[in-house]
Amino acid sequence: MTGLILNEREIVIPGDKIASGMDYLPGNGAFREEEDIYSLQLGLVSLNGRFVKVIPLTGKYFPKEGDIVIGRVSDVGFGMWMIDIGCAYSAILNMRETPEFIDKGADLSHYYDFNDVIIAEVTKVVRYKDVSLTMKGQGLRKINGGKIIDITPSKVPRVIGKQGSMINMIKEGTGCNIVVGQNGKVWIKGDKVEDEVKATEVILKIEHESHTQGLTDTIKKMLEGN
Amino acid sequence: MSYNKRLDGRKFDEVRKMHAKVGIIKRADGSAMFQIGDTIALAAVYGPRELHPKFLQNPERGVLRCNYDMASFSVTERKKPGPTRRSTEISLVTEKALASVIDLDLFPNTVIDVFIVITQANAGTRCAGISAAAMALAHAGIPMKDMVAAISVGKVGDKIVIDLDKEEEDFEEGATDIPVAMTPNSGKITLLQMDGEITKKELKKALEMAKKVCSQIYEIQKNALKEKFKVQ
Repeated sequence: MTGLILNEREIVIPGDKIASGMDYLPGNGAFREEEDIYSLQLGLVSLNGRFVKVIPLTGKYFPKEGDIVIGRVSDVGFGMWMIDIGCAYSAILNMRETPEFIDKGADLSHYYDFNDVIIAEVTKVVRYKDVSLTMKGQGLRKINGGKIIDITPSKVPRVIGKQGSMINMIKEGTGCNIVVGQNGKVWIKGDKVEDEVKATEVILKIEHESHTQGLTDTIKKMLEGN
Repeated sequence: MSYNKRLDGRKFDEVRKMHAKVGIIKRADGSAMFQIGDTIALAAVYGPRELHPKFLQNPERGVLRCNYDMASFSVTERKKPGPTRRSTEISLVTEKALASVIDLDLFPNTVIDVFIVITQANAGTRCAGISAAAMALAHAGIPMKDMVAAISVGKVGDKIVIDLDKEEEDFEEGATDIPVAMTPNSGKITLLQMDGEITKKELKKALEMAKKVCSQIYEIQKNALKEKFKVQ
């Protein structure tokens, strides 16, 4: 038997046979063994032309150049900070990459100290492990107050929606200021605690039901519900 | 006296009742529980994350680190907490049983930590631990070529049986216990240990039985993993 064995959007676990025969090619999250294509991860089957992909449902963040991420200062060094952005390796923020001008030999913890949370952009990634960040750019800054929740990085696009449709809806519905980092960290700040709780509930619901259809309507109802 | 009937009334090729659940530990990257009869194993996976101390890092591939432990209340006689000769060995064989399916090349300089805790023991704990750990690894989103399912087979008296319980392991006329871990899809063996005596022919028969049960365990693992992401 050749062709697809499992349909698109079906949940697969590692080792599941997705397709058979040479008509299909393995993409991310899939591999070929002899004639067949198997899943490498727990995720959803996705087809792109002849490419069979598995979109992971769980897992760590893999940094990409240009991603906006939310990170926490884990170490202050000489001339740079180490930032924990939730991937397997720490990212580096050089002192030249901050919006402020910093004198040589200045005490860096004066600017960003341990456990400070920042919004930064990934500028360079070498083999997933040497990650460099910058804070020069619009909206890149240190953040104060509010709360941070963790979601699965692969579900970030769903939370943001097409051209930010979903996230704008939540922002309007709850009146909160929300920043979604590509690394799955979401910063929520509202005037009232109730607003923040509401926004948290909505985002966690999107995360939980991200692979279902008609999600926008469900969320709309949920936001209008009170 | 030959062993004609199993002590708990099961058939010779019948396994105890199995149950699996995924996502039981909130703060872990992946977690799972596997129960077979009265044996319960919990597994938690953390990582891939940076490995310290640095000299343990491997710049070519990631490191898999397993830790098997029995809770002090898991057995009838209180087990002294902490690592023992036995738990160190089981940690090592578990690591080797799982390492062969994981794509560690993707994460140089990092470690994937697997913690297995047995909260209730009635024989077959290392097998339950491996089955749980495989689910936890999949739940953590770690790329794996296949799942791993494990079961113990053996010989009690003169009969080949599957999934021995504690009473059978201690059978007075001698019992052989063979824990087997397999990759259910490709049918490769990743763990094979033996305590006791068995002939070549009997071993072949035992492995054949183990293979059948491993695919049963695989179905349970699969359902548990899918259940976690099902939306009602």
